Formats: sequence, C-alpha cells, structure tokens
Amino acid sequence: MTFDAVVEVRLRPGIADPQGATIERALPALGFDGVGGVQVGKSIRFTVEAADEAAARSLVDDLCHRFLTNPVIEDSVVTLTAAAVA
Amino acid sequence: MARHVAVIRFPGTNCEFDVVEAVTAEGATAEIVFHDATSLGAADAVVVAGGFAHGDYLRPGAIARFSPVMEAVAAFAADGGPVVGICNGFQVLTEAHLLPGALQKNAGLKFRCGMVDLRVDSSDSVLTSGAAEGQLLRIPINHFEGNYTCSPGTLAELRDQDRVVLRYVDNPNGSVDDIAGICNEGRNVVGLMPHPERAISELLGSDDGRVLLRSFLAA
Amino acid sequence: MVDPDAGTALPDSTPSDTAPPDDTHRALGLTDDEYGRICGILGRHPNHLELAMYSVMWSEHCSYKSSRIHLRRFPTEAPWVLVGPGEGAGVVDVGDGIAAALRIESHNHPSAIEPYQGAATGVGGILRDIFSMGARPIAVMDPLRFGPLDEARARWVAEGVVSGISGYGNSVGVPTVGGETVFDETYADNPLVNVLCLGVMPTERLVLGRAEGVGNLAVLLGSTTGRDGIGGVSVLASAGFSDDETDADKRPSVQVGDPYEEKRLIEACLELLDRDLAVGVQDLGGAGITCATSETAAKGGAGMDVLVDAVPLRQPGMEPFEVMTSESQERMLAIVTPERLDEVLAIAERWEVRATVIGTVTGSGRLRVVDAAGEALADVPAKSLEEDAPLYDRPRAEPADLAARRADRAVALPAPADCGADLLDMLCDTSWVWSQYDHMLFLNTVEGPGGDAAVLRLKHPTTGADTGRGLALTTDGNHLWCAVDPRSGSAMTVAESVMNLAVVGARPLAMVNCMNFGNPEHPEVMWQFSESVDGLTDALRAFEVPCIGGNVSLYNESRGRDIDPTPIIGVLGVVDRLDHRPPGVRLVDGGRLLLVGATVAELDGSLWAARRGHRGRGSLPTVDLGAVAATAGVVRELVASGLVQGAHDVAQGGVGLALAEMAVASGVGFTAARIPDHAHLFSESAGRAVLCVGADQVRPVLDVLEAHGVPHSRIGAAAGDRMVVKDLFDVSLSEAVAAYRDRLPGALGAGTTQG
Repeated sequence: MTFDAVVEVRLRPGIADPQGATIERALPALGFDGVGGVQVGKSIRFTVEAADEAAARSLVDDLCHRFLTNPVIEDSVVTLTAAAVA
Repeated sequence: MARHVAVIRFPGTNCEFDVVEAVTAEGATAEIVFHDATSLGAADAVVVAGGFAHGDYLRPGAIARFSPVMEAVAAFAADGGPVVGICNGFQVLTEAHLLPGALQKNAGLKFRCGMVDLRVDSSDSVLTSGAAEGQLLRIPINHFEGNYTCSPGTLAELRDQDRVVLRYVDNPNGSVDDIAGICNEGRNVVGLMPHPERAISELLGSDDGRVLLRSFLAA
Repeated sequence: MVDPDAGTALPDSTPSDTAPPDDTHRALGLTDDEYGRICGILGRHPNHLELAMYSVMWSEHCSYKSSRIHLRRFPTEAPWVLVGPGEGAGVVDVGDGIAAALRIESHNHPSAIEPYQGAATGVGGILRDIFSMGARPIAVMDPLRFGPLDEARARWVAEGVVSGISGYGNSVGVPTVGGETVFDETYADNPLVNVLCLGVMPTERLVLGRAEGVGNLAVLLGSTTGRDGIGGVSVLASAGFSDDETDADKRPSVQVGDPYEEKRLIEACLELLDRDLAVGVQDLGGAGITCATSETAAKGGAGMDVLVDAVPLRQPGMEPFEVMTSESQERMLAIVTPERLDEVLAIAERWEVRATVIGTVTGSGRLRVVDAAGEALADVPAKSLEEDAPLYDRPRAEPADLAARRADRAVALPAPADCGADLLDMLCDTSWVWSQYDHMLFLNTVEGPGGDAAVLRLKHPTTGADTGRGLALTTDGNHLWCAVDPRSGSAMTVAESVMNLAVVGARPLAMVNCMNFGNPEHPEVMWQFSESVDGLTDALRAFEVPCIGGNVSLYNESRGRDIDPTPIIGVLGVVDRLDHRPPGVRLVDGGRLLLVGATVAELDGSLWAARRGHRGRGSLPTVDLGAVAATAGVVRELVASGLVQGAHDVAQGGVGLALAEMAVASGVGFTAARIPDHAHLFSESAGRAVLCVGADQVRPVLDVLEAHGVPHSRIGAAAGDRMVVKDLFDVSLSEAVAAYRDRLPGALGAGTTQG
C-alpha cells in the first residue's frame, strides 16, 4: 500500500523558539491582536510503500527519530493517510 | 609534535583549505579526506572543518553524520585520537553523538560573522591544553546556528566534569551558560563554534587561534 | 535609429515580404524592424521558437543594444589586461603567475519583486561568471541602494536583500568583503542590487567559453530546467492558457537559488579545469541555453546541434521555447571531447552534480534545436543571435531646464544653526549589514567591510604560496553627484575609488562598472548615460586604469520617474608589500590630523544639500584629475611606508563626516580648527583624505607632502571624548557613537513587513 506521510517537526517544550517569539512580538504592530502561542516548525511530506499502516508508521517513526529530527531539541508528529488509488 | 591531520570534507564544507593552511603553518602535514572515505589513513589527528555540509539542509550536520567517513571518525575518537569539530564540524559531531547537546539558530535570528572574546575555562582538553585557564582569546565566529542547547542534566554534567572548555565573554548567540566549546568525557573530542584557524596572524586581526591549534597538534 | 555600421551585412536573400504575420513579435518585445532583420538573416520568416530565441538574445538585457555604441569609448587596454570587456569576466595579470578575474552585475528588478531570492540568485550568477573563466571566486562585494529607511517597504526590501546575500553567499562559501549601503528616495520602488566578484587562477588556466572541435559534446551541468525566469517569452504559452488551476503551473516563476548546488557546481567545474577535461566552459545566465550554446558556438567559429529533449526538466510538459530560454539557476555548459566524456561524468558524479549531453559541436556555423526524432525545430546562424543584434543610437537630450538648474547653487542655502546635528544625522554604521556576511573565509581578509577598501592577501590559487602582496577592492557610486552632472559626477566617482585604494596603500589596476540608469527611450536618460560614459572615460584615462568589463541596467524607474543616474564602479588595486595592516578608518589618541588635497567651498550634489532638498541642481566643479592622481599617489606612499596611524578618504559628508567616522570607529574624539564654515565642512571636493599621524611623524609626513607639492593643512589633533570643530560644532563622542551604531539596528533589527 502507498501512504501519504506528513511529518511535522517542532521544538520540544522548553526549548527556546526565537522565530516564534519574533513573529509573536511583531503581531501587535501589524494590527493582529489576540494571536498568541506562536511556534515555528517545519513540515516534511513524502510517500511510503508498506504492507499496512502499522508497518508504515513504524518505518516513519524510525525515520523521524534517526534522521528527520534531532531528539535533543525536536519532536515530531506523524500523519499517515492511505494514498488515493490512481 | 609533527602531526598528520585529516581534514574532513563533506560536499558543502568550505573551511577545509583554511584548516590545512593553519595547521601546516604550525608545522603539521594535512590531507583533505572526502566524506565517502572509509578510512582516515595515516592521520593522527582529525579536524571536522566548517562550512555548510550538504547545504545544512534539514539541519546542520543531519545528513553529514551518516557519511561513511563519520564511522571512521567515531572509531578514531573511541581509540582516544584527537578530534576537533569547528563550527559546522561541531554541529556534525553533536548530530553524530560524539558530543552532547545541539546547536540551534542564534537568538538574534541573524547570521553573525565577527571577532569575539573567548575565555579558556578548562585547559584539560586536546584543544586547550596549551592555554591557561582564564586566558582571553580573540577568535572570529561565523555562524547562524551556534546557539548551544542541551538538557539541564547534560549541562550539569558538563559543568561537574569541567567539560566546558571555552566560554564567550559577551554571548553573541544565546548559548546556554555562554558555551562556545565543549569536550567529551575522554577530553579528546572537542567542538567549538569559533574558528581558531581564522586567527593565525596579526595581519588577519588576531593570532590567538594558534595556541589552540598548537595544543591540538601536540595532543 | 539602427546604426548602419553595426552588425554584419544582411544576406541578399531577404524575403520580399518581411511583414510580420501577427503581433507575436511585439508581445515578445521585438519591433517590426527587428522582425524584418530576423527575416533578412534567415531568408524566411522565423517560427515561434526562433522568434523566442531572438527576442531573448536581442533584449536590452542580453544585447546592450541601447548602450553598446557608448561603451566602446571606455579605454580597455593595458599591458596587464588579459581579457577585456565582452567575456564572462575581465581578467588581469597580477603577477607571480596569478590572474585575477573581475565582474560586476545588477539584479535590481528581481530584487524589487522577491528581495531574498533576487539578491541570492544575483550572487549565484556572478560566481558562475567568474568560475566559468577558470578562476576560483575569492571575494564578493555588494553595492546596495534602497528607498528611504522610514518607508516600510524599503526596509522590507533591504532586510530581504541582505538576508539573501547572507544566506546564499555564506553557504556557497565565498566571503563578502565589502560593498555599500545607501538609502535614498530615488530608489523607493527600484532598489539597486549590484554584486561584484573577484576570482583568482593560475595564469595558464584562463578558459574562454569556446565550442571548438566538430564532434565535441556540450554537457549541461547542474540543476534541472524549469519555467523560472521565462517571463519575457511566456506570452507564447499564454495564448493557450485558460484561468483554470492546471494552467497556473505553466506560468513563469521566480528564480530560486540553491547555494549548495552552486557550491558543488563550483568544485566540479574547477576540478574539470584543473584536470584539463573541458575545451570550454560557459555559464547559463540570461537567455539560458540559447545564450550559452550560441555564444560558445559563435566564439568558437562553430555551430551546435542542441538536443532539446535531452535537457533534464523540473516540470513536465515544457515546450522547446521554454527549455531554450529558461533562466533556471545553477547550471553550466561544458564543451568536452568525446574521449574525455566518461571522466567528466565521473567528476560530476563525485560532486553529485547532474551532467547530461545536450548538444554536439558542428561545423555548420548554425545553432539548430533538434528534437528526439532528429527534426530541426529551429535553425539559425549561431553568431546572428549575438552579433547581429541591432544597435541603437537612441536620441539624447540634455534636460531642458539645465541652465536654470545649474544656476541654483547650494552655497546659497542658509547656514545650519547646528552643524553638529546635521553631522549626527549623516552617521550610519553599516555593520548590521556586513556582520551577516562571512567576510573572513580563505584567510585572506586583512581589511574587511567597513573600511574604505577591502584588502586581501594574494596567495597563489593552487600552491597557496603567499606572495607577500595584496589585492584591494572598492565599489563606489554617487547618484547625488551624477544627478547634478553625470559627467563630472562619474569622474569624481573614479577619483573616490582611487583615493579609497590609496588610503589602504593600493594602486589601481582595473575597473568594472555597473551602469544603473532609467528608461533609455527617454532622451534625457540617454544623455545622462553618454555623459557618464565620458566622465568615467576621462577619469580612467587620467588614472591610466583600463575598463575590463561592465554591466548595464536600464529601465530603473520608481514612481513614474527615472532613478538618478547611478554608475557604480568596482576598482581592483594592488598592494605591493602587504607586511602590515593598513591604518584604517581610525584616530589614535594624541595623533595629529592632516587634511590632504584642496577644499573648495562648494555644496552642489553634496549629501548635506540633499538633506535640505537641494538635489540635481547647481553644478559640480571640473575635477582636476591630475591633482587627484598626485594626491592619491602621495597618500599611498605615506600609508605604505607606515607613517600614518589612521587614514580615511573624504567623500559624502565632507571632511566633517570623515572626521566623525574616524572618531566613532575608534572611540577617540578630536579637536579641529581651520575649517571656516559649513560649506568647507560639508564640501565634497574630490581627491582628499584625512590622515591621523603620530606627533613624532608629523615632520616626515609634511616633508613628503611638500616635496610633492600636494596641498594640505594641519587641522587639529585626536584626543578626548568630544568631537569639536572650532566655531562649528562640539558634540559628545558617546552621543555620536549611539547615533552611528543604532541607526540600522533601530530601523531594521526588529523585523520588517512588505508595507
């Protein structure tokens, strides 16, 4: 089966996020009130071939841990969806 | 002394020739070792040079750590061989788990290039053995991601074991505890963001990097 | 308007009917006459692909059709010139078996739209020009001009441009050692983003973009080809566009730079040249594959068959005209013999650089675009794309109100109540910009950004041997001078460069220029252009400096007005003995201050007058270029002999700003006298410098000045924590330092928006 994977990489709680803080500081001057909790991360998209969703998830989790994130500072959230059959 | 230095070059590394020039000026010999090499040859010291290995894409050092040469570097370090990672090289060594912690974007969110003052806080490492503790050194920095970060436990360990070898006098990037350079438990692997190879003559603005390079070559 | 002497004679087979069948050529920017010219070359009507190829090659950007007849006036020869204008870069022999390649370019219009990528791809493009000559790029400089700092969009552009240069230049591994940063209303919608690059090579490795040897192969190296930068010819596709979303994919896109690709491309190309595996190398810039293949073929006196279907594409369904004109970044063309192809491909693979054979050198003299079935989709004389481009002598006219403007003199403006306040207003530390650039890589940078000129150690590019000598580089431009008088202003710009080199102990060797002007269809703009060329020419002849290359950027318009004429020049100099650091822009406590060169009480074109709204009026003096050359020579001698503690050229802001900049840079104040009034304080008379000289060296320095008959005056001494010019101002140094240091971080440091 083919799965579409989206990995959202974000900083672990407690790790300073200067990009998020900078965006948040700029908001009031731009007239965007009421916006808070800005965090900046990155998203990585790809497709995975695997026997089933559990296998796909296991593969992607391993990929995240060993390569796509640095566990010292980053967490990831994986979203898998079965790709539409062409 | 009389050392043969392997200078590691990944695609995107750009300080390799500078390191060769600097260690050669101290009387060592040097060769550039490409990332696909599986052996370090006759090297008796290793420098992981600065630059932008693999474009710093994904994260600095994230792709480089999987290069074949890094297995050889890890084995060399495990045998007690002297290894120093400068700037991007420091980032590679943390990604490769040869040093703890990680390097984040500078707190100011800008690339910063310029001369900074460093304080030698431990002379017990292959890079700082010839310097006096408390000695001030003027050495340039050149990085966007030099903001050293680690868990509180790791920080406590680094302090308890006297493994913070260099600190910034005036922190330029937000590094925890003003950390500019650290060493491993064996004290034979050092990572630092500043570039000692850029401070090798008064003509270039400072020759304070030489005391570090000479220590390293004597290790 | 077509210059009858230009280009080659057209064949006799011109079809009797050269009337264009429709308006396609006009949509591509070609005139009816130009269409007829193409028919004359081909002996038939062109097809759409051919029309696209001519339109990009005959564009102003590629053909310089409005400017070329003027550029011929520059002096271009000197015994040390190895390659003059017309190649990828100018090259001079700098001794010890080393050749230096130098080029300057503009990326103004892309940077106005997408500042980060516009500036980044500008850096990438100029590097390819340099390493295509066989030289390793060792230094970049960025002369930048933005709209006023108090306009949000100007700040956004400035921030993006600086980030783009930093992001690309640092990563690709070439130090940015200097440049300029100017904010002015004339650039409000039209920033100037110029970039200069210096490279060095062993003299014997000089490579020219030549396709020689029938049967040799054209290998495309680097990135895939997408629809980037095909704006000009996209009209050919738009006929078939509807508004649905799939067609949005076909629209041209902003060029995006990839410094990591470029870095690998540099290393791969230099390795090819080191191992003598390429007959010729050419970068792909404007007009993409069309330009690279036709130029290499034409210069080699050959032809080329381009296998358009072999070009690796980024997007599916690209038409041949898109492939042939795409300006996708990070691509190079190497001409190689079939026997060495495998070695070339192996080097490319080692550097993870894509390499594809996309053409064959033929003896036909024709550029043919051939599809996979072997059918010719286009077939034109290779050299006609460049050499037969029309040349225009566009109408020139001096401004109608020139006489009235010249009569309006700035010395008539009321004297300032407080010269100190005016001075503080001019102080601006640009380190916010250049601290974001790696300016130290390669261990060459003796004097980096922030000084009058950069000074680099000169090492042999392959052996690394230190020659004990140095190269110096400066970029300069002054639109306020040139708005008053483009001829004198341009000459004064060269004088400023020569003095900038003198204060670091360097003598000038070669010049490149980037001519940033408005709309050439405006006669006044062409008058400015022609005057500027004459002014530069006069000065280059006086200083015996050849012009070895240049770039012309026209159609720079902002808010419906042409920008002030802005010729920007880069001058390369040599320091004959680099055994100590140049004195630098600084004062040393206890030093004596000498003003060298003659000051005239004149304010037209000055920064001080512009701040009072007096701009483009009055008249500049005729510069005594001989006197400037003499003064610069003496200053160079004094600096080289180590008699001077601090040295700074006097330009914008006059001696007042020069002294203040020396003070804030070193944290030492000064007390000066013998500057009678604000007109002397802020005068920008050419060919002057301020020297700070140790008390015990004053006599020997004066002896040298007197021996050469160079005008000078002892104006004061460096000391204390105040900046004082008797009867004109008295300002605390700490206040000045704060004004200097905080201006750019205050405006740009807190984040910017598009406005």
